[in-house]
Amino acid sequence: MTQLATASEPHNQANTSGSLVLKNLVMEYVPGVPVLSGISLELEAKGITAIIGPSGTGKSTLIRCINRLVDPTSGDIFFKGQNLAKLKGRQLRYARRHIGMVFQEYNLLERLSVMENVLSGRLGYVSAFRAWLRKFSPEDIDKAFELLEQVGMADFANQRADALSGGQRQRVAIARALMQSPDILLADEPTSSLDPKTSVEILDLMTEQARLRHIPVVINIHDVSLAKRFADRIVGMSAGKVVFDGPPEDLQNDHLKTIYGGEDWLS
Amino acid sequence: MNQQTLDNPTFLEKKNWTRFTPLERTSRFLFYVVTLAAIVVSMQTIEIIPEFLIDAPEQFADMFNRMWPPDVSYYPDSIHDAMLETIHIATLGTLIAIIMAIPVGVMVAENVTQNKLLNWIARFILVSSRSINSLVWALLFVAILGPGPLAGAFAIAFRSVGFIGKLFGEALEESHKGPIEALHTTGAPWFSIMTMGYWPQVLPTFWSIVLFRWDINLRESAVLGLVGAGGIGVALSTALELFFWDRVCMVLLSMLAVVAIVELLVTQIRKRIL
Repeated sequence: MTQLATASEPHNQANTSGSLVLKNLVMEYVPGVPVLSGISLELEAKGITAIIGPSGTGKSTLIRCINRLVDPTSGDIFFKGQNLAKLKGRQLRYARRHIGMVFQEYNLLERLSVMENVLSGRLGYVSAFRAWLRKFSPEDIDKAFELLEQVGMADFANQRADALSGGQRQRVAIARALMQSPDILLADEPTSSLDPKTSVEILDLMTEQARLRHIPVVINIHDVSLAKRFADRIVGMSAGKVVFDGPPEDLQNDHLKTIYGGEDWLS
Repeated sequence: MNQQTLDNPTFLEKKNWTRFTPLERTSRFLFYVVTLAAIVVSMQTIEIIPEFLIDAPEQFADMFNRMWPPDVSYYPDSIHDAMLETIHIATLGTLIAIIMAIPVGVMVAENVTQNKLLNWIARFILVSSRSINSLVWALLFVAILGPGPLAGAFAIAFRSVGFIGKLFGEALEESHKGPIEALHTTGAPWFSIMTMGYWPQVLPTFWSIVLFRWDINLRESAVLGLVGAGGIGVALSTALELFFWDRVCMVLLSMLAVVAIVELLVTQIRKRIL
């Protein structure tokens, strides 16, 4: 009844394509209590993948393992010819530069201007001293203006981030992530703090920008209908395991029952 | 289904709720007993002499008579320069303290410096700075640098490091994790995360701590002269030793005026930066 995630063939470590390959990823915050119990997924170098599942099932942990905000207990994460799970120090920093991330709570630098927030996407490339003096290169500044234009926030460049609304903040956060010139975009519940209309606008913006740049997007999302509307592929998680993996059309009520449990809520 | 349970009284199983568990109640009771005992014991140790206590209001009135009217002419003669010196000691001391406190504060904050050894070294520095009173620091620096305002400034600085460093470290630890995580995901190096992630977040708290400490230091540096570390304390101790109570009064009034002005100033500055 459910399509089990197809375990990927032994993957070539030197793979330099933009695909993301998770192999047998395990994460335990408390030893013996796995939040992720052996996740294996292969994500193509393009398209929108939505991860759905009930709260506390490890969606956030999974996405945070990819850029190592959380360190997986075991398993491998292959991306751009590197095993992200094994990186440390400077190498990890360099790898992170190519992975953009958008958060539920926007995570902007509240007391800094919109421009500074967007430019902070370049911090991985700019020396700490220049960053301190805000001496970003003219190319970076041009690019930041261009991105602000694209996300519709050009008029707000000099406003402080804490003066913006939720939707506006998320737009700035998207611009910051794109400022990294990422090879992949991760989004951890990017619309959970937004109203339904703004949610759609934000997802529109994110998916459109990703398609323009030919980069894949991995989105954690609560809202099944939004997931079906925007994703090319849906991964359903339950209790730290992948229980559905397929195109949105294939996602039926039976699958949702497996993912979320119960059926009273389905109508 | 709900109706059934409502009609059925057994679902209202009797449950007791008390604010404290018996253990908590006992320990609270013990706490009060110990506090009371401590008060009684300390009353016995300080050996209050009743005669002196009864005499106190009379002595107080007598001293007030000798103090009033204050010797206003003493201000231009001796107080003014000493007062400026006190302000300089306090300000310079605070500045030196800031320079020393920032690295120690960063080192003590466990979220910023993830090294237990460094955390403990920083904590040790902060605790030793605070455990020694300004006057004692002043005695040490008078011994090292000789009497004068420089010894005072260093005394103030070394006492303030503990205060500013501790509060600055706590502000760092309380800063929001989200923006910091966001900077980590851009691959930013440690120092960039400090200057763009943490610093803007703690900035208002930091200046508020520094201003508060400056305010305290003005008052503390006023007494440093008692041990020869310069400032208005020298004028105060001279007047005290010669029993010129009207001059003592003038010194105290000048200090009151300065502290009041500083209070107003600090409130204004704080309003601007927050």
